[in-house]
Amino acid sequence: MKTLNKILVMLAVSLVAFNCSNDDDNQVIITGPDFSGTYMQEDQMGRPAVNTVFVASADKDAFNVTVPSNQDAAFQSKFQTNLMALSPAFANAGDMNALGQDAAAFTGLLATDVLNVSLDGTTTFYDGTNVLTGRALADDVITVELLLIFGGEDFTENPGLSNDNVDANDKAFLTSFPYLASPH
Amino acid sequence: MKNFKAVLGIGVIALAAFFIVAADHIDAPAVQGGNSDITDFYAFQGENTDNLVFVANLQGLLSPSATGAALFDENVLVEFNIDTDQDNMEDLVIQAIPRDGKMYFFGPVAPSQTGLESTIQSDAMVGGAVDISAYGDSPKTASYDGMKFFAGPRDDPFFMDFAQYSEIIAGNAGSFNMPGADTFKGTNVMSIVVEVPKSMIGTSGTINTWVESKRK
Repeated sequence: MKTLNKILVMLAVSLVAFNCSNDDDNQVIITGPDFSGTYMQEDQMGRPAVNTVFVASADKDAFNVTVPSNQDAAFQSKFQTNLMALSPAFANAGDMNALGQDAAAFTGLLATDVLNVSLDGTTTFYDGTNVLTGRALADDVITVELLLIFGGEDFTENPGLSNDNVDANDKAFLTSFPYLASPH
Repeated sequence: MKNFKAVLGIGVIALAAFFIVAADHIDAPAVQGGNSDITDFYAFQGENTDNLVFVANLQGLLSPSATGAALFDENVLVEFNIDTDQDNMEDLVIQAIPRDGKMYFFGPVAPSQTGLESTIQSDAMVGGAVDISAYGDSPKTASYDGMKFFAGPRDDPFFMDFAQYSEIIAGNAGSFNMPGADTFKGTNVMSIVVEVPKSMIGTSGTINTWVESKRK
């Protein structure tokens, strides 16, 4: 099997082959784009709004360069402190969200900032049935997160804080690739 | 239950940055406003349900007048990370890197190293390239080996009443409005979209995914 780079180089060869008259041209080295070098991490994201909501200002850059497998140890307790301070729905011992998670369990989920994606069917952040099986363009992820933060055990607590009442994008998405709407 | 405003004194510390802007837009000082700033990440089943689609958006809050000049940075690698065995370490990556008007894609491929440093997996067996779409043109897409590729400006698919949340956090309002107002209405992002046969990733079950930007 050819590697992709070889395929790309071969495409380059085919473009210049007509210009080759030298019998020694099997020695010609085609240089494709230069992909050499080491790239250092600057930003990362799994679930929407995790860094922005739960990470204290002083930690935000550090969170972006902590690999997910280390995020729980580094940040879960800080997330829990922030959540319990932030939301009256988690202010009392035993308080849970609608997923049945107390503050420790909820922040234990969130601290490892990866997006869980199902290979088996519906992919949605939350659609009333499926939970955390992906993130589709139309998912109202902020309201879902506000509900899980402020809505309490049955999504009824703090109703004025648990829905921003913006439920859809300002442009319709496409049914086909590339799915996102054309720019304004 | 505590009154929300009673906890705002502490809550505002946690929330202040959120509502500078949400999802992951402008999330941290080091990347804020730069061309490595990831604004959003999506992963969903494609129109062809045998495929998964990954979307990375960068450079949020582009006004229409600013969008035509927005560019991908050739020194910034965007890397989709895929953990297939539930240890939250990447087993596969899809790398996207621009060169001379094209976005090159490598993978899904096992990376030569995991973690904060990456090299381009230019010996990957799968991937492709696509012309970067210009603002105002119809989107240019490419297909190769069952994969599809796009790179260029699109409408920001994120929606939220950021402005009202800012008012709540500032103590100037006690709740959201009905209806709310989408602060991201009318703004664009620089998007990278790749559609991949699920068979290149796994057979069934749940994967864990995240996106990274890395600079040379």
